[in-house]
Amino acid sequence: MKIALNVKRFDPEAGNETRNQQYAIDLPEHSTVLDALIHVREYVDATLALRCSCRSAICGSCAMRVDKQACLACKTKITDIVKEEGQEILVEPMGNMPVIKDLVTDMEVHWSKVRQVTPWLRPTGPEPEREYLVSNDAMMDVAGAMNCIHCGACVSDCPVLEIDKSFIAPAALAKAYRFAGDPRDGTHKERLQMLSETQGGIWDCTRCNMCVEVCPKDVRPMDLIMQLRDKAVAAGVAGGTGKRHGDAFSSSVRRLGRLDEMRLLPESVGIFNAPRLLGELRGAFRMMRVGKLPWKHALPLVSKPIPGIKHVRRLFDQARREEKETKE
Amino acid sequence: MAVFQHDVLVIGAGLAGMRAALAAQGEGANVGMISKVHPVRSHSNAAQGGINAALDAGDSWEEHAFDTIKGSDYLADQDSVEVLCQEAGSELIALENMGVIFNRDEAGRLGTRMFGGASKARTYFVGDITGQAILHVMYEQLMKAEGAGQTPMRIYEEWLVTSLISDGDRCLGATLLDILTGEIHAVLAKGTIIATGGFGRVYEPSTNALICTGDGMSQAWRIGAPLMDMEMVQHHPTTLKGSGVLITEGARGEGAYLLNSEGDRFMEKYAPNAMELASRDVVSRAEQTEINEGRGIDGCVLLDMRHLPEKLIQERLWQIRELGIDLAGVDVVKEPIPIQPGCHYAMGGIKTDVHGATVVPGLYAAGEVACVSVHGGNRLGANSLLDTVIFGRRSGIAATTTGRDMDVPPLPDGVIENEKQRLQELFDRPQNSDRIAQIRWDLGVSMDKNVAVFRDADGLQEQQEEIKKLKERYASVPVEDKGKVFNTDLIFALELGYLLDCAEAIVIGAIGRTESRGAQFRLDYPERNDEEWLKHILLTYTPEGIRTDYTPVTITQWAPKERTY
Ligand SMILES: Cc1cc2nc3c(=O)[nH]c(=O)nc-3n(C[C@H](O)[C@H](O)[C@H](O)COP(=O)(O)OP(=O)(O)OC[C@H]3O[C@@H](n4cnc5c(N)ncnc54)[C@H](O)[C@@H]3O)c2cc1C
Ligand code: FES
Repeated sequence: MKIALNVKRFDPEAGNETRNQQYAIDLPEHSTVLDALIHVREYVDATLALRCSCRSAICGSCAMRVDKQACLACKTKITDIVKEEGQEILVEPMGNMPVIKDLVTDMEVHWSKVRQVTPWLRPTGPEPEREYLVSNDAMMDVAGAMNCIHCGACVSDCPVLEIDKSFIAPAALAKAYRFAGDPRDGTHKERLQMLSETQGGIWDCTRCNMCVEVCPKDVRPMDLIMQLRDKAVAAGVAGGTGKRHGDAFSSSVRRLGRLDEMRLLPESVGIFNAPRLLGELRGAFRMMRVGKLPWKHALPLVSKPIPGIKHVRRLFDQARREEKETKE
Repeated sequence: MAVFQHDVLVIGAGLAGMRAALAAQGEGANVGMISKVHPVRSHSNAAQGGINAALDAGDSWEEHAFDTIKGSDYLADQDSVEVLCQEAGSELIALENMGVIFNRDEAGRLGTRMFGGASKARTYFVGDITGQAILHVMYEQLMKAEGAGQTPMRIYEEWLVTSLISDGDRCLGATLLDILTGEIHAVLAKGTIIATGGFGRVYEPSTNALICTGDGMSQAWRIGAPLMDMEMVQHHPTTLKGSGVLITEGARGEGAYLLNSEGDRFMEKYAPNAMELASRDVVSRAEQTEINEGRGIDGCVLLDMRHLPEKLIQERLWQIRELGIDLAGVDVVKEPIPIQPGCHYAMGGIKTDVHGATVVPGLYAAGEVACVSVHGGNRLGANSLLDTVIFGRRSGIAATTTGRDMDVPPLPDGVIENEKQRLQELFDRPQNSDRIAQIRWDLGVSMDKNVAVFRDADGLQEQQEEIKKLKERYASVPVEDKGKVFNTDLIFALELGYLLDCAEAIVIGAIGRTESRGAQFRLDYPERNDEEWLKHILLTYTPEGIRTDYTPVTITQWAPKERTY
């Protein structure tokens, strides 16, 4: 089939400009975007730079943006993208990282965050004589997180990281879950405390679901971050920002039927925590600029409850009653 | 242009390389580890099925050793196999204790699955991502060592070793290309360990990643280290048509059938007891015979998992289910998947002893690049990961201890300049109509035609001629990308040179061995011939040409017997 590629190119030796280059090639129907790029590199334009190795979605080399969304080029079929003949496929490097050349990015952003979560098992207590005895279910639970191949797709497309460079970001937080959920690790509490209290930790995820959508290995980073939050609350280490964030979240929804982003922040970090609040302000302004914080909600006076708020409150009351009953 | 120095230099950051680096660091060595890709991108991550060890009460290292030796068609050196199998249990436990996730049984102990050629279920695994699980933990251990302030280790990430440095006798280190800047540098070390993996891309198609280009074998060969058993190239029975992507043997381990076009489980004819779980060479030959005799489907036979519970597939074979859907458009839960034999693994490689030492002083090798030999004529599934960690660790320790009282050698004059000139020459060649990729493709396809599952004198001769022509074409094809930063065209050009060396050695070995044993099946010599061929073929590169020597197989307690499954 005829394939039209439009590749965003950058050559550091030729200046700071990026440019788009079109390639028209012919490949079998079942080809992947990676097949197409390799064909270009091998038979059309040897200067095109990209990383790839396994061709089977396991080495994590070939993440890039195809039609504005991060993916593994080797797992993305041409026919997944091209819906009508002649449709161009836009190929760009990943976002949230510096570009080295063409589709090759510097992934140190990601690895520095991985190092931040103490990414190795820390058993405490005596060494077992043989293996640690743990249930298969517990191992399969963390195996889901370990399925991550560090391709960087979720890092590329994470909107929180875009405005807050300190955010540990989905992949490294998934890596954190892999240890915080591993029964062999003896330092769950320290881990959860760090993840809860550190700048850019688990409470900074906005649950936009982007990482879940782009992850090629079904790691579901956001779900793991939510589970880390639950674990932190259960371990009693979410007292600071985290717990308050949850409380502010639900009180806002109960009051207005929606999130009052402007009050969420001060209520989460503590109304008297001036340094942290000031620090967050920059992010808040940036969020406002990109439309993530609707300005009219910034004025508490305009914060009106949604129509039908009483149904929302009824749900809340019902949930509270049931919680109380199960406790009793 | 810089000159770096280390006690121990490890080339390669797959399982063998990282295990070697950690062991050397543990011994107090200042280590430099070089990899042309980020360590977790190394090809070890593709290992799906598992890692072998005789750990359970009902099993023994002797049984593991016997299965391995029988699997090797009695070409493995039995003293080396003993080391492999004796140390397997403690190494596996060490991996688990470091943090590797493994599937468990009901009691919470490590769970096993059956694998080909094994008399007991002794393959430990996590789903079908075992290689990734171990490789990532190995990388975690490197980060941990860094965090704990151990002797520092420098990782040269995305640096490519272009050649080894020799003073005519010892190996002194390597010249390397910083892929990011295009600059050439040198590293000097008291001991250099090659852990650069296999040469699978010699064939097209192949299960191997695009980076598996036999670099280390060629480089060591060029400074005088002999290559051994190069003709022994494993063709895996279940690879996808076209791309050659692997479907793990674990699928058959969990109970999948092989069917021909008539719907028969044809393994009944070839291996009535072990059926689908006979040794890989046996199963691949059976498949090829079915295909050749007209009972295939479009050059393939079928792997059938429809009778396996979906839950089992989801829990133990999730990756291949996805690969089937993504790459072949087949959901293995619902339909059989077409597969064929495809190039998979190099049993041969740089000859070493059980400490990873090669014939060249200062040079060690471990992992798929090495030939100890524990796999002989045919490797058992799940023995390779074991090989990487056992002999990786051993070579890390040996290189450190042997170098302890030495000084880092000086850099001989002109080494960097000469290497720069060699690369510059690739750029300076006049444009012609040939392409690096075209030569690589022609090599792969011709090797697949002439030196695959079945071989004979005519085909091998033809291939030898072909390689000669390919080498001539290679000598005049230019590197088209003239840039310095991340020049992948240059990398491919260098890799093609390594591939051609490996191919040449494979063909010489295959021509030389006039018998059928393991992966080498000669239609013109269909029998195993213990009288003449219970020996390894050693090929040495000399300025005058390639020299062939022989060395007998070491037999300890298992006398060669007829091999049936
Ligand atoms: C698809 C597949 C599935 C497999 N499944 C199993 C299994 O289930 N069980 C099993 O036991 N075995 C399995 N194997 C075999 C096994 O995975 C490999 O043999 C083993 O992982 C090789 O490890 P290694 O450390 O020797 O090399 P690799 O992991 O290939 O690492 C090589 C390293 O060398 C580096 N390198 C290479 N050349 C250069 C250079 N010129 N300069 C710098 N660096 C360089 C690379 O960057 C890389 O870091 C499988 C193989 C394949 C292909
Ligand atoms: S090439 Fe390895 S993930 Fe795509």
